[in-house]
Amino acid sequence: MTTPPGMTDADFADGLGAMRSAVGADWVFDQPADLNTYRDFYSVLWGEPEEKRASAAVAPANVEEVQQVVRIANERQIPIYPISTGRNLGYGGSAPVLSGSVVLDLKRMNRILEVNESNCSCLVEPGVSYFDMYRHLQETGSKLWIDCPDPGWGSLVGNALDSGGGYTAAGYRGHWEAVCGIESVMADGEVLRTGMGALPGSETWQQYRMGLGPCLDGLFRQSSLGVVTKMGFYMFPQPEAYLTGSIDVFRYEDLEELVDLLNELEYGNLFNGMPGIGSPVLSQDNPIAMTMIPPADEMNRMVQETGLAAWRASFTFYGPEKVIRAQWEHVKERHAHFQGVKFNEGDFITLPLSAEDMERIAKPRFGVPSLEIFFVGSRGFGNFNPSDGHIWFSAVIPRSGKGIIEANRVMRRECERLGLDLFMFAPAVTCWTRSFVLFAAVPVYKDPAKNQHLRESVREIIDICAQHGWGEYRCPPAFMDDVMDAYSFGDHKLRRVNEQIKDALDPNGILSAGRYGVWPKHLRDGRGA
Amino acid sequence: MSMRTSLFIALGVSALAGSAALAQTVVRDIERPDMPGRVVFEQQCAPCHGTGLGDDGSPTLPGTAALDAKYGGDRPGALELRSDLPAPVLRVIVRRGSGAMSGFRKGELTDEQIDQIAEYIAATAAANSGG
Repeated sequence: MTTPPGMTDADFADGLGAMRSAVGADWVFDQPADLNTYRDFYSVLWGEPEEKRASAAVAPANVEEVQQVVRIANERQIPIYPISTGRNLGYGGSAPVLSGSVVLDLKRMNRILEVNESNCSCLVEPGVSYFDMYRHLQETGSKLWIDCPDPGWGSLVGNALDSGGGYTAAGYRGHWEAVCGIESVMADGEVLRTGMGALPGSETWQQYRMGLGPCLDGLFRQSSLGVVTKMGFYMFPQPEAYLTGSIDVFRYEDLEELVDLLNELEYGNLFNGMPGIGSPVLSQDNPIAMTMIPPADEMNRMVQETGLAAWRASFTFYGPEKVIRAQWEHVKERHAHFQGVKFNEGDFITLPLSAEDMERIAKPRFGVPSLEIFFVGSRGFGNFNPSDGHIWFSAVIPRSGKGIIEANRVMRRECERLGLDLFMFAPAVTCWTRSFVLFAAVPVYKDPAKNQHLRESVREIIDICAQHGWGEYRCPPAFMDDVMDAYSFGDHKLRRVNEQIKDALDPNGILSAGRYGVWPKHLRDGRGA
Repeated sequence: MSMRTSLFIALGVSALAGSAALAQTVVRDIERPDMPGRVVFEQQCAPCHGTGLGDDGSPTLPGTAALDAKYGGDRPGALELRSDLPAPVLRVIVRRGSGAMSGFRKGELTDEQIDQIAEYIAATAAANSGG
């Protein structure tokens, strides 16, 4: 039996025995075949001694059982690592950050506690997946949409806690931005409710997010300070219609103004769907991987030779038909002065979706979960060599034309120098309002030599990005320390304050040790090594 | 994050670009016996391993497409047409994972549910064998 670091076999066996009493023997796992299912299947450390592995797993059915397990762990200083659906592939899956931790598997807590049609909100447990919620909404005839990320098997709670993103309207597609109300079991086993949930009898938990005093929701984002057992979300009332349009411009020099205009229109609420900036001329070979942006003269020559646009801004509108058609007209008018501009009206779809529409649309744009994303990792385009998984590199870059060009060139140049494969590369993803996040998908193999090279390369890329002022918004466990190191203002004051909070709220350091670079006091020097 | 669907739009390119290279035989309508494993399959397996079309009208159910490519016509890519996946075999694949598919935990799928899926797949394969 594997034991948590620093524990005797006898003490650990005693702790697991107590956990069996709390949740039932069937829901405590410590045998190799079961623990194998708690590995990070896309780990960049797969099969190596440093791979982050669980010593056991416990799957409680309700908040009372979570409280008991946390108290048992706290009394014995057993490190525990909560997961929701554990499907966060590419960002750690169901494995802990600290090897030897006991995974607290919350998948069985899968109750949809409320969907409030008039308030356009819901309250769910962490085991509820996007598929579960979508099914519930369909079965009840709800008028509400969820916003889902690409893989629909993820948890609403877990994805929001990790700051995941989707594709519908502003205010919903940044999943943390749509959170309203959190319940968390703290390290001492007590239950905290944030916002209006702290007021007994309140009916406004999923209405007014802040409550009174410091807004404590942030304590639980990408953190190691509690076990979130309930979470409220704002939900998007199904709009009457959906419209897309894109605008092609044909000069390298147009990008800066194109982005400035996109920003002004979005921040002025002239459109509410997810925008995009791409380059048809630089995506000829692979539509999901923009090549390096060449010098202005060369790019303009490519545009002339191919007739393809240098840049394409895409817009999405949700709302009544006459409103969104008027918005699209306004957006076109604002771009009419670009030399040679072309307007492309895309899909217009009235809602709810028909069966025929369902077969032709990009489901996440309509809050419909799927697993189609895995097509890329398993097959992909052209002569793609299927990988064993992937990780994401995702850095926040300036939301400007200059930001796109510089980030594209630095990433393309450095990845080529390092021999780092990318099977998707998009420099300006806009799931999160007011941000561009550069996304690169890196294939992972179950091959230690390839993965060692991958790790060394990614660490170098993290450093290079930090030198340019670009930090990742989220990352796999193997790189959490490196990414947190990049957020170094004030002699790493961010991390040091996080550590002070950690010490105050979790003095025994039992919860999610090492998550996003914050370690408990007794592991801090070695960073869990 | 999206790839074939939403990021096409984020990248500013046609959502159908490149689809032609991915053409495969699409199995659309099959007979599905009404048994407990059907619901489990539909909820847990079909989003990757089902039949029919993917999100944007192209044949992009990832598990079905990957198995089609792997077997090259020797076996069906769609699991509901497979007659060689009895419960003991299915348990190993589901628990261990394969390719890009990670293993499933008991908290997600119980052994009993995997057995129900195996029974359903066997029944579906028999019902659609055409013999």
